[in-house]
Amino acid sequence: MQSLDRLKESPSQTAGPYVHIGLTPNFCGIGGVYERDLGSTMVKGETKGERIELRIRVFDGAGSPLKDALVEIWQADANGLYNSPAELRGTADPNFQGWGRQPTDMETGVCLFQTIKPGRVPFRDARLMAPHISLWIVARGINIGLNTRLYFSDEEKANAEDPILTRIEHRQRVATLIAERQGNTYVFDVHLQGEKETVFFDS
Amino acid sequence: MAEAGSNRVPETGAFFQRDRQWHPPAFTPGYKSSVLRSPQKALLSFDNTLSELTGPVFGHAMLGELDNDLIHNFAKPGESAIGERIIVHGRVLDERGKGVSGVLVEFWQANAGGRYRHKKDGYLAALDPNFGGCGRTITGEDGGYAFRTVRPGPYPWPNGPNDWRPAHIHFSVFGNGFAQRLITQMYFEGDPLIWRCPIVGGIRDKAAIEALIAMLDMQSTIPMDALAYKFDIVLRGRRSTLFENRPEGN
Repeated sequence: MQSLDRLKESPSQTAGPYVHIGLTPNFCGIGGVYERDLGSTMVKGETKGERIELRIRVFDGAGSPLKDALVEIWQADANGLYNSPAELRGTADPNFQGWGRQPTDMETGVCLFQTIKPGRVPFRDARLMAPHISLWIVARGINIGLNTRLYFSDEEKANAEDPILTRIEHRQRVATLIAERQGNTYVFDVHLQGEKETVFFDS
Repeated sequence: MAEAGSNRVPETGAFFQRDRQWHPPAFTPGYKSSVLRSPQKALLSFDNTLSELTGPVFGHAMLGELDNDLIHNFAKPGESAIGERIIVHGRVLDERGKGVSGVLVEFWQANAGGRYRHKKDGYLAALDPNFGGCGRTITGEDGGYAFRTVRPGPYPWPNGPNDWRPAHIHFSVFGNGFAQRLITQMYFEGDPLIWRCPIVGGIRDKAAIEALIAMLDMQSTIPMDALAYKFDIVLRGRRSTLFENRPEGN
């Protein structure tokens, strides 16, 4: 029999407690190597769209917020276009990369992103997904990066027909993916374990 | 958005399913920090949507001249980091064996004594005033990358009463889609601590552990200057879209 001749993905290993050294060196006091921490500023004056803030915390199974985690987000622009070569539907806002990276605060565990509200992106069929932001979370104790999404509490109608949210079997868990609007801030608590465990993705 | 001036057709097929038996599971009690930080419920599986198939692009313009030289990027002018000088090089590939070009690779590590430049690291080994511990580069056309650094030292860590991390370099890698995002660690050929490490031991398959061990590469050394280690990184592959089901037909 022939061989399929495929490689295996490199196994993941934890980002560890010192992830900041590599990914946000200025944040942890290593200045002068990079001008600024990559992904720390997402929005410029020219960026189109509604300015919003994301206030994210990640809680462990004992209910304590992680103070050594790192969160990355990836999202579409205000018109629902991704700034990526694989986006074939049009050209995204050139003033918005759509990617951000922030550490959780070492004292409070709060992680803040200043961004814009994304537009709707189509699912694999023609249906539209509700506006959402993809999250990727790494930290000491997390062996493989955790993927999930943040949806918006003021998009009830879109959320109700979202092809991902609607396939969550245990309906009470849908709420774990919906950030609560407070003014221009969306508050999103991620729970790694327990009754309120966030729905994490394998996609 | 296709790259301006490029004839390359971007790939848009879904990524191969992740083999979660190959990766360490979330809950590995030998590594105590995972106990309260491991999700316990089933993951929600679905085929990639545009949100996973797309990902950010980073241009070479963002790189500084010393970004891939940890021996000098934090050192005072005319000085350099202390330790065994090494070159780490390899390719970023996908599971089909194709080089993944133009992707950002970031790395960080302890100094030659096993000490990190971080306020949370209280190990008594000395800091090196000329070593910061971070670097980055972007892969070339064939997926190749290289950087210069010093070999990091092993160090003790609070897990068991006498646990030591093998010498390692942390790697963060982007692919072309956000679903390829990966963080891992590179270990060094011949290090006896690899097989005693609870973090490494979270990986169940010996072949998977070996995939993280870089080999000494005498053909890439610089005589009288630096040893070399070769470390390839594999990201999720991509399915072909040639005969994909589409309601409107292909």
